[in-house]
Amino acid sequence: MATPHNAPDRALEDQIDQWRSYLRRRQAIQSVDVAELEDHLREQIDTLSSAGLSTDEAFLVAVKRIGDLNALSREFAREHSDRLWKQLVDAPADAGDAPARSRTDAAVAIGLAVAAGVAVKAPALFGLPMTDGNESFYVRHASLFVLPMLTGYFVWKRKIAAGTLRWLGAAFVAALVFANVYPLAPMGALQMLTALHLPIALWLAVGVAYAAERWNQVAGRMDFIRFSGELFIYYALIAFGGGVFTGFLLMLFKIIGIDAEPFVQTWLIPCGAAGAVVVASWLVEAKQSVIENMAPVLTRLFTPLFATLLVAFLATLLFTGRGINMERDMLLAFDGLLVIVLGLLLYAISARDPRAPAGPFDVMQVVLVVSALLADAVALWAIGARISEYGFSPNRVAVLGMNIILLVNLAWSAVVYIRFLRGQGPFAVLERWQTNYLPVYSVWATVVVIVFPVVFGFR
Amino acid sequence: MEINKDLIAASSTPIVLAILAEEDSYGYAILMRVRELSKGQMEWTDGMLYPVLHRLERLGHVTARWENSETGRKRKYYRITTAGKAQLAEEQRQWQAVNATLKGIWSSLSITLAPIAAPHAAFTLEAA
Repeated sequence: MATPHNAPDRALEDQIDQWRSYLRRRQAIQSVDVAELEDHLREQIDTLSSAGLSTDEAFLVAVKRIGDLNALSREFAREHSDRLWKQLVDAPADAGDAPARSRTDAAVAIGLAVAAGVAVKAPALFGLPMTDGNESFYVRHASLFVLPMLTGYFVWKRKIAAGTLRWLGAAFVAALVFANVYPLAPMGALQMLTALHLPIALWLAVGVAYAAERWNQVAGRMDFIRFSGELFIYYALIAFGGGVFTGFLLMLFKIIGIDAEPFVQTWLIPCGAAGAVVVASWLVEAKQSVIENMAPVLTRLFTPLFATLLVAFLATLLFTGRGINMERDMLLAFDGLLVIVLGLLLYAISARDPRAPAGPFDVMQVVLVVSALLADAVALWAIGARISEYGFSPNRVAVLGMNIILLVNLAWSAVVYIRFLRGQGPFAVLERWQTNYLPVYSVWATVVVIVFPVVFGFR
Repeated sequence: MEINKDLIAASSTPIVLAILAEEDSYGYAILMRVRELSKGQMEWTDGMLYPVLHRLERLGHVTARWENSETGRKRKYYRITTAGKAQLAEEQRQWQAVNATLKGIWSSLSITLAPIAAPHAAFTLEAA
């Protein structure tokens, strides 16, 4: 009897490989089923070739006997309808070492999440309990409780080289130094600015660890943008669930006369919020190829809405000639608006095939970006005349600086996007622009943390 | 002979359970046994057996395990469970009822059927 597995037939193995990978693409047929069907196919081939067929013919006949793969896939889908809903946490018991690896992954992630929670509580051991009077300490160090753990997760996962590791370590040490070295007024404006900008500055370190050796490539940084968006969504979902959980916890202990509020305030929320960052990151990593990305879906939903809103705002402004009643603090709201528009643009880019030709959605994006630019220009113009009489407080300079950084990004994006729409340049230019711009945010945040206190005299 | 899909689907459960009641087996061998027992009358599309096996597994009529076969490949073997044997008995009862009814119909009613094998020779089933 001809036994192909004793003397492996290269051509046959290739054909079977092809057939297998074709079958694997069917969502309803999992790899255990593929293995079962492959065993069937091989036995059929063995039988047929021992009956005198060439392996080629035997393969064709065997494949034919397995039947139409579309019909088969439908049959599998009917029997395993749950498989059409991609499951995440309950990882399929696939062949190979994949489950073991994902278990280790989960263990490391949960370990680091616990470590982040412990880090939050550790200062209490050294006489800095989470009570009134110590807010300043906790606010300044908030990002340092979490981001080193998150970076550590990617350092472990990506096996970061020692050279890069030293830089990452240096970044966190520098962050620790600058969070403490200046004699800033507790909970003053400069200290709040430091607390807000430190995570933005350090997010770059997370990115370097996340993308590892691919940080130099557009694709690597783009993956980090995708990761950040998904992380935000997962974190928001976990936070929502955490809120519900907390509500029930308070309610249940209240009915037996115990006030759980102090526990919630000093343990559950701080530790939970810190640990959830690592857990959410692990979930994003684990599911990236399993579940559709959410950020681009939300982008599709909200791009038309925001574009309509901004166009309506500008048109009303233009036709009614209404004056602009711009409070000086409103520029912050416009920063927020630009961040949202930038987010919509980024996640549309991240999900777009750069080779696809321009379509109606691209026009919508350009309308969105241009109208946001105009709205922001109006706001800047309204505030610009009076900004000097208000004086340059640290807050105002920080807000203005962020606005200008976003404005520059969006303005050049609009130029590149319009060129693409007119067929004068490839879409990849926009992708490159956005990914190259990433360090700018961190550099600005670093300036706010390091330079502002000096310039504004440690207020 | 082509047997219609619904009949194949309906009869697959008792056939597979009966074969597994003989001894533990795996997909390919089950198909071979079906072919042998039906003398080639039942032609299943090979792949379609597997969703059936998975359904029986889900219902608890059979259990499955992966084992190394004599060829060295991993192979999924199925074994009938007690519930599966009870189901087989139940199926057997129902099919015997259907079979008996049909037998009665073929023999006691006077109907004219289109010929099966010989197109020009119409024949009539007379009352016994």
